[in-house]
Amino acid sequence: MKNKFQKILILGSGALKIGEAGEFDYSGSQAIKALKEENVKVILINPNIATFQTSKSLADEVYFLPINDYFVEKIIAKEKPNGIMLSFGGQTALNCGLALEKKGILEKYNVKILGSPILSIELTENREKFAEHLRNIGIPVPPSGSATNLKEAKIIALKIGYPLMIRADFALGGQKSGVAKNKKELEKIVKGALTISPQVLIEKYLHHFKEIEYEVVRDKFDNTVTICNMENFDPLGIHTGDSIVVAPSQTLNNEEYHNLREASIKIVQSLKIVGECNVQFALNPSPSPSGKGDEELKYFVIEVNARLSRSSALASKATGYPLAYVAAKLALGQSLLQIENKITKVTQSFFEPALDYIVVKIPRWDLVKFVGAVEKIGSAMKSVGEVMAIGRSFEEALQKAIRMQSGLIESVTDNDFENNKELKNFLNIPTPRRIFAIAESIRKGTSIKEIYKITGINPWFLYRIRNIVNIEKRFLKKKSLNKENLLNLKQIGFSDKKIGNLCEKTELEIRKRRIDLGITPFVFAIDTLAGEMPAKTNYLYLTYNGIHHDVSPIGKNAVVILGSGPYHIGSSVEFDWSCVHASLALKRHKKQSIIINCNPETVSTDYDMSNRLYFENLSFETIADIFAFEGAFGLIISVGGQRPNNLANQLSREGYNILGTKAVDIDKAEDRNKFSAFLDKLNILQPKWQSFTNMKKALKFTKAEGFPILVRPSYVLSGSAMRVCYSKKQLFNFVNKATVLSPKHPITISKYIENAKELEFDAVAQNGELMIYGISEHIENAGVHSGDATIVYPTQRVYASTEFQIREISRKITQELLVTGPINIQFLVKDNHPFVIEVNLRASRTFPLLSKAMDVNFPEIAVDSFMGKAKLRHVSYPKNVVVKSPQFSFSRLLGVDPVLRVEMSSTGEVACFGRDYDEALLKSIISTNKFRFDKKIVLLSLGGNLNKVKFLEAAKTLLGLGYKIFATDTTSEFLKSHKINCEILRKAYQEAPNVIDIIESKKVSFVVNLSKVENHERQRSTTDGFRIRRATIDNQIPLFTDLHLARAFIKALAHYNIKDLEIRSYREYLN
Amino acid sequence: MSNKISKTAKLVFEDGTQFLGKSFGADKSVSGEIVFATGMVGYPEALTDPSFRGQILIFTYPLIGNYGVPKKELWESAEIQVAGLIVCNYIDTPSHHAMKMTLGEWLKKEKIPALQIKDTRALAQKLRSGSSNLGKILLSNKNIKFEDPNLRNLVKEISTKKFLSYGQKEKTGEKTIILIDCGMKQNIIRRLVARNLKVVVVPWDTDVTKLKIAFSALVISNGPGNPTIVKITIKNVKKIITKQIPILGICLGNQILALACGGTTYKLPFGHRSQNQPVVERGTNKCYLTTQNHGFAVKKIPNRFKEWFYNANDNTNEGIIHKNLPIMSVQFHPEASPGPTDTDWIFDYFLKKAGIKIKK
Repeated sequence: MKNKFQKILILGSGALKIGEAGEFDYSGSQAIKALKEENVKVILINPNIATFQTSKSLADEVYFLPINDYFVEKIIAKEKPNGIMLSFGGQTALNCGLALEKKGILEKYNVKILGSPILSIELTENREKFAEHLRNIGIPVPPSGSATNLKEAKIIALKIGYPLMIRADFALGGQKSGVAKNKKELEKIVKGALTISPQVLIEKYLHHFKEIEYEVVRDKFDNTVTICNMENFDPLGIHTGDSIVVAPSQTLNNEEYHNLREASIKIVQSLKIVGECNVQFALNPSPSPSGKGDEELKYFVIEVNARLSRSSALASKATGYPLAYVAAKLALGQSLLQIENKITKVTQSFFEPALDYIVVKIPRWDLVKFVGAVEKIGSAMKSVGEVMAIGRSFEEALQKAIRMQSGLIESVTDNDFENNKELKNFLNIPTPRRIFAIAESIRKGTSIKEIYKITGINPWFLYRIRNIVNIEKRFLKKKSLNKENLLNLKQIGFSDKKIGNLCEKTELEIRKRRIDLGITPFVFAIDTLAGEMPAKTNYLYLTYNGIHHDVSPIGKNAVVILGSGPYHIGSSVEFDWSCVHASLALKRHKKQSIIINCNPETVSTDYDMSNRLYFENLSFETIADIFAFEGAFGLIISVGGQRPNNLANQLSREGYNILGTKAVDIDKAEDRNKFSAFLDKLNILQPKWQSFTNMKKALKFTKAEGFPILVRPSYVLSGSAMRVCYSKKQLFNFVNKATVLSPKHPITISKYIENAKELEFDAVAQNGELMIYGISEHIENAGVHSGDATIVYPTQRVYASTEFQIREISRKITQELLVTGPINIQFLVKDNHPFVIEVNLRASRTFPLLSKAMDVNFPEIAVDSFMGKAKLRHVSYPKNVVVKSPQFSFSRLLGVDPVLRVEMSSTGEVACFGRDYDEALLKSIISTNKFRFDKKIVLLSLGGNLNKVKFLEAAKTLLGLGYKIFATDTTSEFLKSHKINCEILRKAYQEAPNVIDIIESKKVSFVVNLSKVENHERQRSTTDGFRIRRATIDNQIPLFTDLHLARAFIKALAHYNIKDLEIRSYREYLN
Repeated sequence: MSNKISKTAKLVFEDGTQFLGKSFGADKSVSGEIVFATGMVGYPEALTDPSFRGQILIFTYPLIGNYGVPKKELWESAEIQVAGLIVCNYIDTPSHHAMKMTLGEWLKKEKIPALQIKDTRALAQKLRSGSSNLGKILLSNKNIKFEDPNLRNLVKEISTKKFLSYGQKEKTGEKTIILIDCGMKQNIIRRLVARNLKVVVVPWDTDVTKLKIAFSALVISNGPGNPTIVKITIKNVKKIITKQIPILGICLGNQILALACGGTTYKLPFGHRSQNQPVVERGTNKCYLTTQNHGFAVKKIPNRFKEWFYNANDNTNEGIIHKNLPIMSVQFHPEASPGPTDTDWIFDYFLKKAGIKIKK
């Protein structure tokens, strides 16, 4: 069929953030591939440089520009596409598409929206209209109403029936809301709510309803299938992104499963969706047998997403059905019958996968990384990533998932609840630790009924956890490692390490015993049809619930690549990018790649990225089992970030062939003592540091070196693992409250060098010789974590002599460590003296940035180096500048202080090209912030005299640009004393209008809030600074908390207006 | 696992291959034809589906028993029809508001043996490539013979012995459907009764042309085994066709109709026993997901009929329709239960063609 759309524009999702993560790299990449097969020219807009979809080899043109109507219109005007796809870039792309449509831009340029009709998308985005639509087609939605007085509330209550959820409208954080089970409670809550709000919202309270999702696909001929259904382990009330999820549903019978399936198909057909759609239901676990409609299911639709989503990515990986690929083909007008099933090659795309395994997804949270974050989870998503485990029993899959999630916890029965009170708390309140509280409570004898009553988690799941607890208990009685016991423990998902912990043996002792007894896992394939027909598939998992292998080993031609595991703060899509490119590069060396990864949001776990994919844990045990089965040639551990890198020693000790730099040399860089000695030996500067086991000696060090210092405990009680201390008092506070200091748990203190630059050196070497390298520069001074820093390539403010020194030091380190493969060195530069602060013998976060900026594929060269085939590459000085900006998700985390620290807190990043530094910086910053050029009001709150003085020039610039300046007390005094006109604002706690009111009025274009020194005292959450920062974030106003970045931004504003920003594609920048 | 499951037993194939398992059903050895089904829900419906008569059924979905067993009124027939059951993991701790007992209790009560064999995927793979799939479940050292249930007249075994009436209380007439019970699933009746029809179920060998009851259409039900064995039914259907009575055949009914009109049937290399079989309506772009449970299929389409549906995976016949008379049949299960409800419209379509006005 000739396709009438020759050029199609795809919108990406931009930087990774909470609620919009790597899943859209997967969906966008698949869509591009599907379109390329149809000879369509593809234009992609996505400033997320670390994504695979923005690789040169995929789309015809890539624009690293903000995804908003202004830039998209410019690109449409230039590229003249005839179609646009909105459903592959999450809510960001959808919102942008809606704006384009509303402004008539698509009509103006005659661009057709492909896939689901825009009217349907609009409908699903409008709660009220959509509820009406569903009611019209006979689909139930939770009954609701709003009232302004008690009388009205009572009428609504009568209509809906108890129990009811009552919320005060316009109130932040669920103030004065509550559940009313009867008239008396209703009166009380409504009265309370009406004291703070003019209106109350009353909704049917779906207490402990099950939450069920269906992933639906429809073609334009109305053929519709549901690819997968999923059941939340947690009942309604916990965001599905923060829920443990199983696929397929476990507690639904045939009638429930198929009635909900039918309902979701009905909805999707009514909306005339073309492509993918997700439908979420609330299902009553115990419909009243006496009530009317006895045989009727009691369910409600709670949400519909007319686009690819996190759930669809999960469904895709859980079933092996390439949802995004199929959705793209359908958007072109193809029928489900036309599209070949890429996985099975024997079935059609009009097909519903039959699973012969069970999938468990567990979210990954990183709440300790945020100052002030609350651990409780609920209706707002807080997780930053997820893992997916596959097994043939729920227990097997659950325990795998728990190990995958943190990499530290071995089993659902592991926990560190200090006492019964704490245990009870964690059982009562939903948090990331609830699953462990359940297991522990069961162990301590709490009944399943009781736990169900408290948590609302279906007893079916609780019984399965009880089974794990019981089997562990039984084993502990005799601890006999006979074949039956050991096999039983493995079938229920216990790791060797955990079994060892239970019977005082090492992981390796258990491993040996197990292998001697012939207990090894079996390799099963995911074929979407439960073995009904032979299917070609390379998608694998391990199980002990079997006796055969679905595949034969590849043997000596195989290279195993370790992926990054779940996305979390500090490890994100950039490592998946490296992993995928390493996998693809192996082909050039006629090697077959085997990827191990457990993250469903990744491209590396796509069916066509490797010769074989093991959806498995990145633990020694699992890697060793896979390696042993495959009889592979070697292992690549240096492209998946820190998690695989940490396994270097263990894997090497057991004789696995790690490709590239040797484990002993990796250890030299990882072990702080060895590394320090190593640098000393080479006469390379490093910040002074020492480890201490008591405070007395530590104080001696601080006396000699002076404050500030960077403190790194080896054992953290709560909060962050690193802190800068400016005084003795701060040091005492931190050590006493948040850490343990003892001979067993030393703390490390290093001199914290202030006002220093930070530079990154990234390279690939072969046998100690650099093959390619690049140096990039942090815009913020050292002290901001490199993951949170704004980074520019090429360097802008670095002396040639500094760069020369850095090159020479790096060369020396590379030679001494005999590096083969990737290397990243972080430098601190003070007065033209480079200090080395860190060496990573693995691909770094900046790899995709440098690869794209320099147009050299670093991971590819790394693979060449592993094979001894890398060649020296010379890169000419770039004609353009690239700036990377971090993306923060503070707005998603209520109460968190949005400030930059030595510990990372960003969740994603973007990078943009420009003619010069200013243009690139501006584009990059407006890609992560909603910035309006035409709004010329700024709020300045500059703490400390030094900050004020250093900001003076920038303030003058702002005035020159026509900005009206609002300033807090001392800042305004200072500015006025320097003849800078500004308006003083009252403090946050003072009467209105104060500084917060100005922010909330949304008149301010951006806010600069600089703190004097890093301050982690408890009262910070109530300080003026905190309230300003928080209000700025909550009102989606760009916030600058770093002096250097703020100044650079203002300087850039002086040189460029939005109209001056060039609309150039990646290819155009390179040529 | 639970203490209740302790007894070691085995599944033996005709070729001698053995798989060890743990019993969780009745303490009884059986032989039969081993088949597997890939549906992920609906084990009570499948176990009571008479089409599984005489078969040892393997569920490939690894967790079975999750929601127990509901009240009898919701089953597909009055008892468990399979000869034996094999699962990967039996769940003895179900949780569901509609459950009346556990699966294990039910199996024991109905004297059906059941085994847990971990590698049900290996079993499915063996079955899909094997030539003969006869087998037996052995629970003691005493051996029993292999037995091919397809040689028996299974339809006769399970068909109703007397006339049964469902739906409207009023007398028979325009809104009466005769359902020939060749091993029917209860949901065929439920789906017809839901349309305000009266359904009279008659034994498999009933000569409908001689009935005194007033009726306006005929449904030939699903059922087990080889269609060529039910010669009497085929002969009777031939007679009905000459009377131009509207006919809807389902599953075995499809094969019976084809044979009665001069078509042929054959045994599939491996049967369709799943809830995710895609069928395409011939000559359209329309595709439906269906539940199927059959080992035989129609080969030659009879004269004056055309192919109505075909299977999107293997292109086998999924239904035939008369070129001008309201006579049609489908190989899949429009009544679902278990499985997707996509093709419930077949009943409406048939009734419309048959000139019967209905109210849902």
